[in-house]
Amino acid sequence: MLKINVKKQQGRFLVDASFTVDDTGVTAVFGPSGAGKTSIINMVAGLARPDEGYIVVNGRTVFDAARGIHLPPEQRGFGYVFQDGRLFPHLSVRSNLTYGMKLVQAAKRTIGFDDIVDLLGISHLLKRRVPNLSGGEKQRVAIGRALLTSPSLLLMDEPLASLDAARKAEVLPFIERLSSELSIPIMYVSHSLNEIVNLADTLVLLDSGKVSSVGRVEDIMNDNEFSILKRKGGNGSALLAEVENSFLPDRPKRLPRFC
Amino acid sequence: MNLPFLTPLESEALRLSIWVSGWAVLGSLPLGVLTAWLLARRPFPGKVIVDGMIHLPLVLPPVVTGYLLLILFGRRGPIGGWLYDVLGITIAFNWKGAALAAAVMSFPLMVRAVRLSIEGVDQGLEAAARTLGAGPLRVFFTITLPLVIPGILTGVILAFARSLGEFGATITFVSNIPGETQTLPLALYTLTQVPDGEAGAMRLCIVAIVVAMVALVASEVTAKRVEKLTRG
Repeated sequence: MLKINVKKQQGRFLVDASFTVDDTGVTAVFGPSGAGKTSIINMVAGLARPDEGYIVVNGRTVFDAARGIHLPPEQRGFGYVFQDGRLFPHLSVRSNLTYGMKLVQAAKRTIGFDDIVDLLGISHLLKRRVPNLSGGEKQRVAIGRALLTSPSLLLMDEPLASLDAARKAEVLPFIERLSSELSIPIMYVSHSLNEIVNLADTLVLLDSGKVSSVGRVEDIMNDNEFSILKRKGGNGSALLAEVENSFLPDRPKRLPRFC
Repeated sequence: MNLPFLTPLESEALRLSIWVSGWAVLGSLPLGVLTAWLLARRPFPGKVIVDGMIHLPLVLPPVVTGYLLLILFGRRGPIGGWLYDVLGITIAFNWKGAALAAAVMSFPLMVRAVRLSIEGVDQGLEAAARTLGAGPLRVFFTITLPLVIPGILTGVILAFARSLGEFGATITFVSNIPGETQTLPLALYTLTQVPDGEAGAMRLCIVAIVVAMVALVASEVTAKRVEKLTRG
C-alpha cells in the first residue's frame, strides 16, 4: 500500500493531498500544470518536507510529522526519474548508470546491470559521454540509473514531457515494459492523458493541490468526472481505443530473473 | 641554488616568492572551498557579516591588514602567542608570516571564484544524486566538486597571482628580510630605494612580467583541458 497524506504551504499555494493506493503496477498522478504533482512526488522522494502528514510506502514510514520521522532521500530507497533527466555531465553513461548501483550492497541488488541495459536498449551508449546523447537516449539512461539502485518504488516526474513526439514514442514502450516485466511499483506523474491511458493501472486526479478522485483507470475514465478531466487535460479524444495490444507485438522475451 | 641569467639576489627573491605564494594558495584552498560552499549553499545567521569579513582585505589598505596580522599573530599577540607557547611556531618575521599575509590578501579572490562556480552547479544534479543513495558528503565529493574544478582552478590562479604581487601587508607584518621575507616585489622596492638600483629593478621587473605571463598562459591551457574533461 502507498499511503500518502501531506500538507505543505508553498507561498500562496497549498498542497493538501491524501490518498491510498495499491503499491503494485503504475499509479498515475494526473492533473493540469500547477496542480502540485511535482510537489507531491518530491515529498515522496524526500526532496521536499511536508508541513504535516505522513508517507508510508509498503508498510515503511518514510515521513511522519507527528512522530518526527523524515528520512533523507538517500535512505528511502526510491528511484526517481526527473523530467529533465539530470544525468551527471562529467561522467560517462556507464558511470551514470552505476553511480547509485554501487551504493547498494551487492546482495541487495535485485536488478542486474546487463538486464537493464538490454531492457532499455542502451548497450551501445555505455562508453558515450552524456552531452553527446539525444533527449530520448538521456531519458532511457536516467531510467536505467534509477532502476539499478533496486528501488522499492520508482518515481517518474513527466519523464516524457521534454521530448518531441518521435522521442516520446521511442521511450514510452520501454516504460511500458518496466511495469509489466519488473515487479517495481511506479508512481508516474503526468499531464498527458495519452501516456496515462497507455501506462497506468490506478489514477489519482489532482486539482489545485487537492486530490479530486482516486481509482482504477477504467472506472475513472467511465465516470462522469472524466469529462472534467478531459477538459483540463487537453488531448483526450483518442484515448480508450488502443490500449490493449499496442506494444505487445514487439514485446521482448521476459527476463528470467524477474518472473 | 642560482637560476640561469639571474643574480643570487634575484633568484632568491623569485624562489621565495613562488614558495610563499604556493603555500599561501595550497594552505588556504580547503578553507576557501569550504567557505565558498557555505556562502553559496547554506543559509546561516550572520552570513552577511562573514561575507563582509572575507572581503575586507580586498578593500582595506593592505597596510591595515598587515598591521592587524602583526597585532594578532606577533609573538605576543593573542594567536601568535598561543602558537608559540603551545606549538612552538613563530609566524612573524619569517616566510610563514609572508605566506599567511599573502593567503589573507588573496582569500577573497579565491572564495569569489569558487563560490560563483558552485552557484552555477545545477542543484537538481545534487538532488538526483541524493535519490540515488548518496549522502550529502558523497554528493559534494562526487558531483559538486568535480563540476566546480574549473572554478577552483580560476580561484587558484587568481590567488596565486595576487600572492606573487603581495606587498603592503607583507612588509608591514613580516618586514623586508632578504632570504626570509623579501619576495620579488619587496626586493624590487628595496632596489628602487638605493643609489644605482635602477638596472637591478628593471631586471626584476622583467622577471615579474615573465612569471606572470607563464602563469597566465599555463592557467589558460589547463582551464581549457579541464573544461573539456568535465563538460564533454
